[in-house]
Amino acid sequence: MDEIIKLNNVSFDYESDDASFKVLENFNLVFERGTFNVILGHNGSGKSTLAKLLNGLIKPASGSVSVNGLLTSDEKNDFQIKKTVGIVFQNPDNQLVSSIVEEDVAFGPENLGFSPEEIRTRVDSALKAVNMYEHREHPTHKLSGGQKQRVAIAGIIAMEPECIVLDETTAMLDPIGRKEVIDTIKCLNKEKNITVILITHFMEEAEFADRVLVMSDGEITADGTPTDVFSDVEKIRAAGLDVPQTTDLLDCLKKQGYNVSSSVISSQLCVDELDKLIKSKRK
Amino acid sequence: MIKDITFGQYFKANSYIHKLDPRAKILLLILLIALSFIATNFVSLACVVFFVLLLMFFSGIPVRMYLKNLKVVIPIIIFTAILNVFYGDPDTLLLFSYWKINIYLGGVLRAVFMAVRVILLIVISSALTYTTTPNDLTDSIERLLKPLKFLGLGQAVHTMSMMMTIALRFIPTLIEETNKIMNAQKARGADIESGGLVKKVKALLPIIIPLLISAVRRAYELAEAMECRCYNGGKGRVRMKQLHISWRDVLAFVITSIFFSGVILSNIFIQFGVI
Repeated sequence: MDEIIKLNNVSFDYESDDASFKVLENFNLVFERGTFNVILGHNGSGKSTLAKLLNGLIKPASGSVSVNGLLTSDEKNDFQIKKTVGIVFQNPDNQLVSSIVEEDVAFGPENLGFSPEEIRTRVDSALKAVNMYEHREHPTHKLSGGQKQRVAIAGIIAMEPECIVLDETTAMLDPIGRKEVIDTIKCLNKEKNITVILITHFMEEAEFADRVLVMSDGEITADGTPTDVFSDVEKIRAAGLDVPQTTDLLDCLKKQGYNVSSSVISSQLCVDELDKLIKSKRK
Repeated sequence: MIKDITFGQYFKANSYIHKLDPRAKILLLILLIALSFIATNFVSLACVVFFVLLLMFFSGIPVRMYLKNLKVVIPIIIFTAILNVFYGDPDTLLLFSYWKINIYLGGVLRAVFMAVRVILLIVISSALTYTTTPNDLTDSIERLLKPLKFLGLGQAVHTMSMMMTIALRFIPTLIEETNKIMNAQKARGADIESGGLVKKVKALLPIIIPLLISAVRRAYELAEAMECRCYNGGKGRVRMKQLHISWRDVLAFVITSIFFSGVILSNIFIQFGVI
């Protein structure tokens, strides 16, 4: 597999009036093309800083970030990098530019300077991909939170990026809106082979990932498949995160001496696991 | 109270005026306003009134919508009319005299003219805002001002139109936010509605300050989101929706020109009720 984004020895600090605050120090990370990555971390763990570093919105103080081999620190690459890596932010109200759905989705492709016909095709296919095509002429302020966030995602995929970073995109949504957005992202990753980097603090969203990273105080404390990462319940608690309820339940049972695997995340697999346990007890 | 503010004035319908190119509509609006001020006698004024009545009819907007807008400016109309009554030409017929106040026929005619002109002005601009979406308006203002780029103002024109688009986009968001802040302050015991003017203005401060802070934060986040979508100040930007001049626009211009020349001719040849 080839790498799409590479962070090499990156350091970044925020300057405030009295002191500078180190967010990342000698940080190394590589994202593979076409994978679904989930980054978990509590507030202040440096995950939003990481997101903004990925497309050059902020530049590393030292070290380097490269996207498809292009360095974000070089201003000449700015346009190309932003075209390759799109970011969707937390608050849908603060990232929509136009008051009409389709005009907002067109904003990115319009900036890239395609022909009006090409823009139209991209806008239509992006809106269909997030299942908002029938709302294309609606005013954005009348949509629900989940719908707005899907429009924001459409605005990014209309630019046809190779990688989408979602920075706490689901944090402000209700459970239904959250599911809409996650389903959309999963579908984009599978069908369009877009690399996804999902930053969140909802464990359940890590269920479908190829790779889960846990961040704490600017460092990666766990890295692996969801099953690997969630099997170490203590480590996740140490990062200030809640483990999924299913994992929590199975972990408790395991500690009581029952023979179950605690690395299960999806509720279906948990039910299967409990079923197996009950059946083995009956025998 | 704040919920009453409507978002733009656009009234959805499928009329001839709705289908006109927004650029053509803006130009015709300017022409019509000029026309109502050029008309200097009753025949030419009647011409303009007739034309505006036609415009109202073909716009497919219910008359009560126009009346709603007129209602707001009634005080202004009355005020200008009363002022004009006292400034009549002393050479015309003296109608009324008391102490130092003299009212001449010329003054009364002038008052009627001014009132009609203000009404025409309101009706014409309502016709534009009712039949054109806010986005079409800002968009076509940008396109109409495009020739200014030869004066080196191309960037300024684009920036202005971008600002208008964003302002329109954020009006509903900020209204919603204002309501939230008002409720939050009320929940903390703030008294917003009672008291005199000074007290009311003071009571608005705890609403305006959080609103401003949040607007600045929103602006910052929006700027980042726009940057992520490759916005670099409108350089090399192509619009998805292109505007086209159709037979409708040509026809509208022809009809307006006919009326325009009619008004000018009657100004020259008819001497009845001249101001």
